[in-house]
Amino acid sequence: MYKAAVIGDRETVLGFRALGLTTVAANGAEDASRALHQLAKNDCAIIYITEQLAIKIPAEIAKYDDVASVAVIPIPSKDGSLGMGLADVHRAVEKAVGADILK
Amino acid sequence: MERLNVNPTRMELTKLKKRLATATRGHKLLKDKRDELMKQFLETVRLNLALREKLEKELQEAYGGFFASSALMSPKMMGQTFLYPKQGVSIGLSYKNIMSVNVPVYSIETKTDNKGDIYPYGFANTPCELDDSVKRLSDVMDDLLRLAELEKTVKLLAQEIEKTRRRVNALEYVMIPRFQITIKYIMMKLDENERGNTTRLMKVKDMVLTDTHKYKE
Repeated sequence: MYKAAVIGDRETVLGFRALGLTTVAANGAEDASRALHQLAKNDCAIIYITEQLAIKIPAEIAKYDDVASVAVIPIPSKDGSLGMGLADVHRAVEKAVGADILK
Repeated sequence: MERLNVNPTRMELTKLKKRLATATRGHKLLKDKRDELMKQFLETVRLNLALREKLEKELQEAYGGFFASSALMSPKMMGQTFLYPKQGVSIGLSYKNIMSVNVPVYSIETKTDNKGDIYPYGFANTPCELDDSVKRLSDVMDDLLRLAELEKTVKLLAQEIEKTRRRVNALEYVMIPRFQITIKYIMMKLDENERGNTTRLMKVKDMVLTDTHKYKE
């Protein structure tokens, strides 16, 4: 069985804790990337990461792009959404189609 | 387009013709694969975008409650409240094959099925906003899982489409024209040789005839 985890600031992460997800409170880019690799190694199939942190470590997240067993998904944090998740999808469309046809 | 560097022989010609046939067939197959992948991809992307927009709104609402409660409780109390979660979640992971791309399918298993049994704290010392938020979050859990599934699928499919498109283009614009040019070159060379041979034979025949019979045409 695999686990699901959330990386984010303390307040955002609290709620997911109640649901039984593994949560890691991270403050900076370093914390976040360390937590990310640690979780990926420890059987986490899905890692939700707040956009505020995800935007700081795009290279680390990209490492899991072609790993089918680990999904790193940006979610908005308590400070709101940066539109990064949507931008990610649009980027995938651009990569596949050659132009963003869904704009 | 540059032709391949091969000897213009009949053997090379047959070899090249075979390779051209394979390349053409491969090109057609890959093109079909690309089209089907694209169809699946666009379907998934539409679902993904809709779900993400919905989820971001719902999460925002759920966070609101936490924010309100953190104003009413000290951070220490908040931490304590969620110190030991009652609910446990484990994820089942299986794979679905879309045009030879393995995409993940998640299933969720929770420790308690009782929807009322998810609150890891007593209700006496916590504001009701907190209950509301926890409930909202637990309601979007299924959607969150589905989002992860869709988003990963989109990423994996995008990569595969890019790869397939490159292969199709390489075959269409490089490999196949190169084979065609080389085949043409070998055929011309062979024809030229053939013509050269014919004229030589005619010439030799002439010479032999003049030599032996003092005969002239």
